[in-house]
Amino acid sequence: MAETIISGGHPAEKHDHGHDHGHHEQSFWEKYVFSVDHKVIAMQYMFTGMAMGIIGAFMAYVFRMQLAFPGTHVPGFGVVSPGEYNALVTNHGTIMIFWVAMPVLIAAFGNFLIPLMIGCDDMVFPRLNRLSYQIFLLSAVVILLSLYVQGGGFGGAWTAYPPLSAVAEYNNTPLGSTLWVVAVALEFAAFLMGGINFITTAMNSRAPGMKAFDIPIVVWFIVIASILFLASVGPLIAGAIMLLFDQNLGTGFFNPTAGGDPVLWQHLFWFFGHPEVYVVLLPAMGIVADIITVFSRKKLFAYRTVIYTAIGTGVLSFFVWAHHQFISGIDPRMANIFTVTTVLISIPIAEMCFLYIATLFGGSIRFTTPMLWALAFIGEFIIGGVTGIFLGASGSDIYFHDTYFVLAHFHYTFFPIAVIATFAGITHWFPKMFGRMMNETLGKVHFWGTVITFNCIFLPLFVLGTAGQHRRIYNYNHFPELAEPWMQDLRVFATISLVVMLAFQVVFLFNFAWSFFNGPKAGKNPWRASTLEWTTESPPPHGNWPEGLPTCYRGPYEYSHPDRDEDFWPQNEPPAEPTPA
Amino acid sequence: MMQKPIATTREATGMPTGRLAVWWLIASEIVIFGGVLASYLMQRFAHPEWADAAAHTNTTAGAFNTFVLLTSSLSAVLAHNAAEMGQGKKAANLLWLTVFGGAVFLVVKTFEWGAEISHGYTIMSAGFWSFYYTAAGIHAAHVVVGMLVMLWVASYARKGKELQRVELVGIYWHFVDLVWIFLFPLLYIAK
Repeated sequence: MAETIISGGHPAEKHDHGHDHGHHEQSFWEKYVFSVDHKVIAMQYMFTGMAMGIIGAFMAYVFRMQLAFPGTHVPGFGVVSPGEYNALVTNHGTIMIFWVAMPVLIAAFGNFLIPLMIGCDDMVFPRLNRLSYQIFLLSAVVILLSLYVQGGGFGGAWTAYPPLSAVAEYNNTPLGSTLWVVAVALEFAAFLMGGINFITTAMNSRAPGMKAFDIPIVVWFIVIASILFLASVGPLIAGAIMLLFDQNLGTGFFNPTAGGDPVLWQHLFWFFGHPEVYVVLLPAMGIVADIITVFSRKKLFAYRTVIYTAIGTGVLSFFVWAHHQFISGIDPRMANIFTVTTVLISIPIAEMCFLYIATLFGGSIRFTTPMLWALAFIGEFIIGGVTGIFLGASGSDIYFHDTYFVLAHFHYTFFPIAVIATFAGITHWFPKMFGRMMNETLGKVHFWGTVITFNCIFLPLFVLGTAGQHRRIYNYNHFPELAEPWMQDLRVFATISLVVMLAFQVVFLFNFAWSFFNGPKAGKNPWRASTLEWTTESPPPHGNWPEGLPTCYRGPYEYSHPDRDEDFWPQNEPPAEPTPA
Repeated sequence: MMQKPIATTREATGMPTGRLAVWWLIASEIVIFGGVLASYLMQRFAHPEWADAAAHTNTTAGAFNTFVLLTSSLSAVLAHNAAEMGQGKKAANLLWLTVFGGAVFLVVKTFEWGAEISHGYTIMSAGFWSFYYTAAGIHAAHVVVGMLVMLWVASYARKGKELQRVELVGIYWHFVDLVWIFLFPLLYIAK
């Protein structure tokens, strides 16, 4: 990324925008539904993502109830049939990753933060941005519709391995599985457009004076994540086309009886699927980096090294995919290579976590709600990372594969990413988004109620997985060795913890709605942060800085500078005139 | 009508945003075709008998189409040249010529596929034919999209507007050519 400084463009920009402004009144539809404003599109992504999150959480509630109390009537759903169980599990995974984590972490925060943090008035392609959301919304409609077609929703797991996903006689969901592939493909198209928009905006539209290493980490990470997505999703788009042909035209790309190869799909899927983990992890890590610097009142420790570790992680993430396939009949020599690369990738991620902890060291830490979420992210994610070592090593993975150990492991990565980091981001930027503060007490109640119950859900699942409990089983009573009373007790404990956790989300929704209308006014910079988004009004008006776009003079994390009275130094504040000695 | 945001006019990298975005678009397309071709190659090496099926493809038609498509890139370059000199009308005409090249490519392809299907080689026949129709079909879809975008760009260029887009659609068209240069030997020549 070139480090050129634009000079001279600034006063002219200011004039142009001021001129354009008061000219037209926007109607409701123009302003909130078909808007091209990046902030409105960010909110559309966020609220759609939250709604899908509620649907995904409801699915988890239904199938966890089935596992804890098999065959009984689940309040709010009814008796769960085996086909419905499979569809619920599959679509819970698909929705939580593609319709919750991606839209909220990348699209919502990316849309909201990138232009505000780099000091410009919108994305470079505003109409492409709107189109990206519309296609995303269409994809969400398609995935929800797929649950109600004849035969029910697709139940072949979010990884959609053929021949189960390819042959209607096996999966019994001829239309559901096709709609599932179509929805995922539409979602990819939406995020490719969004990603190209994010990358080019961050590369080309930075404020005058903002060099590559003056960009806040969260923007860096959303851009790196977009590049990873763009570079890894192609083979799966190709694979999705082939799978659609297998399902509907009767080709045999993945059908061994027709000369095809089912493992080919696994390669195409996981070549995308593993980088995808880092696609959602990096924005979460970026949100956490920004929050811990603000609430430690300290410069981010080793800013450039944090970026290099992210780039290193991104590059390595393309060479680890076959660790999902150790038991798929791949060459054992290849398994050795992928074990090494998988264990290697824990180095940059661990380094990143240590750099964040080093940022905390010696800081003046404030335990606000966003800070609690950010700290919890580091702690919980490390559990997810460490348990991953057992699965990355091919020897132990052969035992753990497809058990609840795997399930607990990736929920210890995805829950911190999609839930903890999202709540960190929402509670941190809520004042900027809506101009009002959230209630801290309710925020802390919600925090502890969510994080404690989260551990109560998934720690027992590690134990069950180690005891050999397989995934994707409808009713463990059918397997005497898995139906021991202590195992069932742990399942019930996990399910009750889930119900309690879901109940605590009401606290958040109430806090969100109440603060939206009644919270104390936030002012421009309630957290006394130094990045550019805090230098404009809350919420920022159309055009972001009506009195002229900012110029950048320094890095994003200049906290507690020894030469200054105030403990933060906004990026847009011109340097003081040198005093004569 | 919306006003143009300032963000659109900035060039921190020194490269116009449109061109930057087209390169990223092509990067994403490379991995899509990369996925198709890598899958095909893996299967092809595992199935030497696919060579018998490949022997039934019409190399002459494929070679003719290669010639047509590569030649159409020449007029795209000339259109860019005209646009650089501000000759919008000339640029539009040259884009039309490029679209004509794309149309010839598609017509030849239609007859070729028609003949193959009438001989019973359909997408369901065998592994080779599945890849043959899928890979060339995805490519043909890109040809169609390129032609449509080119017509749209030409309609502005005729009036001397948005001339920078002539270059952008040209870059895309060269990429579509390049994909065909990979497909032609892999699907037609390797027998």
